[in-house]
Amino acid sequence: MTAIDLLLPAEPKAPGTSHLAQAWRNATSHCIKCGFCLPVCPTYSVLGVEAASPRGRLDLMDAVAQGRLALGTVAGRVGQCLGCLACETACPAGIRYGQMFEALQCDMGTQRRGWRRWRARLLLDGVLARPRVLRAVVLALRVYQRSGLQRLLRSSGLLRLLGLAGREGRLPPLPRPLAWRAEVEFGAPPGTDATTTGGAQRAALFTGCVMDAAFGAVHAATAHVLAANGVQCALPAGQRCCGALHAHAGETASARRLARANIAAFETVGDAPVVLNSAGCGAFMKRYGTLLADDPAWAPRAAALAARVRDVSEFLAVRTLVPPTRAVALRVAYDDPCHLVHAQGISREPRDLLRAIPGLTLVELPESTWCCGSAGSYSLQHPELAGDVLARKMRHLAAARVDVVATGNPGCLLQLALGISRQGLDVDVRHPIELLAQAYP
Amino acid sequence: MSKRQILVPQLQRLLGADAVLHAEADRFVYAYDASVFRGTDVLAVVLPANTEQVAQVVRLAARHDVPIIARGAGTGINGGAVPRGDALVIEFSRMNRILAVEPDNRLAVMEPGVVNQDLKAHLSALGYGFTYVPDPGSQVVSTIGGNVGNNAGGMHCLKYGVTANHILGLQVVLADGEVVEVGGGSATRPGMDLTGLLVGSEGTLGVVTRITMRILPLPETVVTQLALFPDVSAAANAVSGIMAAGILPAALELLDRRMMALVDRFVHVGYPEHAGAALIIELDGLADGMDRELRRVAEICNAHAALEIKTAQSAAETERLWLSRRAAYGVAASFSPTVYVMDCTVPRNLLAQAIAGVIEICDARGLEVVNLAHAGDGNLHPLIPVDRANAAQAAAATEAHHEIMAMCVAMGGSITGEHGVGVEKQQELGLMYDADELAGMQAVKRALDPDGRCNPHKIFPLRGNVGDIAVGAASLDGGRLP
Ligand code: SF4
Ligand code: SF4
Repeated sequence: MTAIDLLLPAEPKAPGTSHLAQAWRNATSHCIKCGFCLPVCPTYSVLGVEAASPRGRLDLMDAVAQGRLALGTVAGRVGQCLGCLACETACPAGIRYGQMFEALQCDMGTQRRGWRRWRARLLLDGVLARPRVLRAVVLALRVYQRSGLQRLLRSSGLLRLLGLAGREGRLPPLPRPLAWRAEVEFGAPPGTDATTTGGAQRAALFTGCVMDAAFGAVHAATAHVLAANGVQCALPAGQRCCGALHAHAGETASARRLARANIAAFETVGDAPVVLNSAGCGAFMKRYGTLLADDPAWAPRAAALAARVRDVSEFLAVRTLVPPTRAVALRVAYDDPCHLVHAQGISREPRDLLRAIPGLTLVELPESTWCCGSAGSYSLQHPELAGDVLARKMRHLAAARVDVVATGNPGCLLQLALGISRQGLDVDVRHPIELLAQAYP
Repeated sequence: MSKRQILVPQLQRLLGADAVLHAEADRFVYAYDASVFRGTDVLAVVLPANTEQVAQVVRLAARHDVPIIARGAGTGINGGAVPRGDALVIEFSRMNRILAVEPDNRLAVMEPGVVNQDLKAHLSALGYGFTYVPDPGSQVVSTIGGNVGNNAGGMHCLKYGVTANHILGLQVVLADGEVVEVGGGSATRPGMDLTGLLVGSEGTLGVVTRITMRILPLPETVVTQLALFPDVSAAANAVSGIMAAGILPAALELLDRRMMALVDRFVHVGYPEHAGAALIIELDGLADGMDRELRRVAEICNAHAALEIKTAQSAAETERLWLSRRAAYGVAASFSPTVYVMDCTVPRNLLAQAIAGVIEICDARGLEVVNLAHAGDGNLHPLIPVDRANAAQAAAATEAHHEIMAMCVAMGGSITGEHGVGVEKQQELGLMYDADELAGMQAVKRALDPDGRCNPHKIFPLRGNVGDIAVGAASLDGGRLP
């Protein structure tokens, strides 16, 4: 009459060559269904259905890997995942949800055909991977900022995807792309001497795509803070977009191409730490070794670069910070970017930096480790769900009564600015390093 | 037309389209819970928003003779929420409101979908200094409704009792859709204890839709100690000594040698290699007299050859100790494809013997085993890593489970301390009760659910003379039912 089957079939049926089947075979342990990941999953808490939980998605992905369900059957529910990896942080069994999720994205990328694929590639390869095109887009946005050519630009899905339209009021004003470079001196930081500081500390700054084009102020601030701490900062030429968005969209070949370019670029500065201020790029670049593991010529170089990657807060945390002197009298809430707290396990370091600023009051934001809903192009594909996730964040932010919310990732900076303008809150959005830079005269 | 095609539109009319899940992917993931079992496909899953909607769903199910399964967070490990045959699953994620908190009456009222930990957070935020005590290992996830269904325990049930000791009243939708209230807020209820009957019935007698529970003031002080012993029997004797001395710790947890070694690799507590067992002891109560109590516990442990006794000096140290206990399940799971968590009790003074027996049973089958115990109440949890791709190993684990349960019953213990029966221990229930006793329980079940529609094919032994629910045994090796 009825049967209770094994949770996993007696013979693991994941013989395929799909990325998912490979990921399933590579996993050392499988989900034990304990459910500890449920309460931290933003989509589960909004929707309250098992298939929108990490446990449910893993079960669906396992079933696809084993050939029990078709990819198309699970695409909808798995597609609602933010990729925030809060579930990995919560999992007591150490299940690597992200690896299954990414493998599925790859399989879906390979399956994507026709104009959808073309559209994805236009954005990823045509814009993000090309600094000049991206800068042109940002220049257009500056025009928008100043002249209000709203209709023209709002009709462009491209700009919405970059997420700038309608949010600029709360963000640092868009500088002219690359203008920040002129303000920063690269080379020996002023007032330090390699011979007296016991050997100059060196670092190379990764500039990225969106950060470089739209958040030059953050780069300038990063360089300023590094200089104030006696770190000589290089800016290797030839670096590109990190490739994370390409990989997440299943465009692995493009991601690998970009990774190789970055590896070559940063090899020109020896073994200096690679410092980033974008959590998403950092999380991805720390995994270059895995990305290029199957490429014998590049695998060791990729692993070597990955080992040098440091988020700026992580980089500063292992040194004794030169005490910042100028007071920044603000109430500040810190919101953890998923790619920092969940993907890199960094949550204490940025808070410590903020606490070091004289006059600044750090306010703990409830659920600060929850995704804000930005997650790349997510808000375009799931506007309602993304809206609910963001609204939840905004409720906490409103209750915190702060002047500034600080977060260290471009997508989050944009998303929080959007939420704030939607709710009409009086809160500014800043990268923590910008606040720290203010404290160094 | 299939039953699904008939029911789904009607359910959608009752609850709204977004409260009825019927797509393949959505149904697929309701076949499991946190047990090692996987059940059948379900007809549909409904997400009611209130008691009235639950009653409507149950009435519709009754008209079409469709079984119903009330489901919390799916963290049960006995397979109690695993569907067996066409069924409607009632998912309570939208019924998660805390309706009232009355510190003066020391009670709270809520819907079944409230997560145990969320209730505690809510109570703590209110600032009255009250809490809800039962703390199953799954408390951050599991719902109060699920806790009630399984009569959940936890580390603090030694002193404070299991869920049943904290539930004052319930609102229940019976199998025919009638809504009834049992028990209530007042201290004494003459007549039969129907609340007690429903708590722990695993959803087989009706669907609980509202819960009134006791809340208790937080203790003034809480102190955590770690005591290390050369072997399990020394630790178990110390436990007996503590209890016999009239001391009632809030929690008394035991880890055996293999468990300590495994856990220490993740949460560094620094369990020394020469220790054969660890006791984590928590005392709570008034600050006054706490020192004396701590000293007495230390004396008793020393009298039983304790190697070392430490009192946690900071919140961080306390947290690390407890983490080493709470992380045990996950740590065990991360070392093997999956882990089979067992649950049984023995009289407290036989704990060492029982653990030795478990190790012997597992060794004989080439199975690894690590042991945890809520030592204060003799509740033992052997954890057995299993690779289910290995059919022989899965079968061995099933056999080992049966033998361990038989051993505990023979020692005067029980086949479950806090996890319930579900589908896992249906056969083993027969180890505890004879045919007359089982028939008596089934008469109660039939009185409340004559057509066997509430979470069918659970709890009672499936082979043998049990009428319309004789469908066969569930087993880890995926054995088909007759
Ligand atoms: S990555 Fe985030 S959204 Fe996706 S399943 Fe995990 S917790 Fe949920
Ligand atoms: S916490 Fe980990 S093991 Fe538990 S259900 Fe989630 S993914 Fe599975």
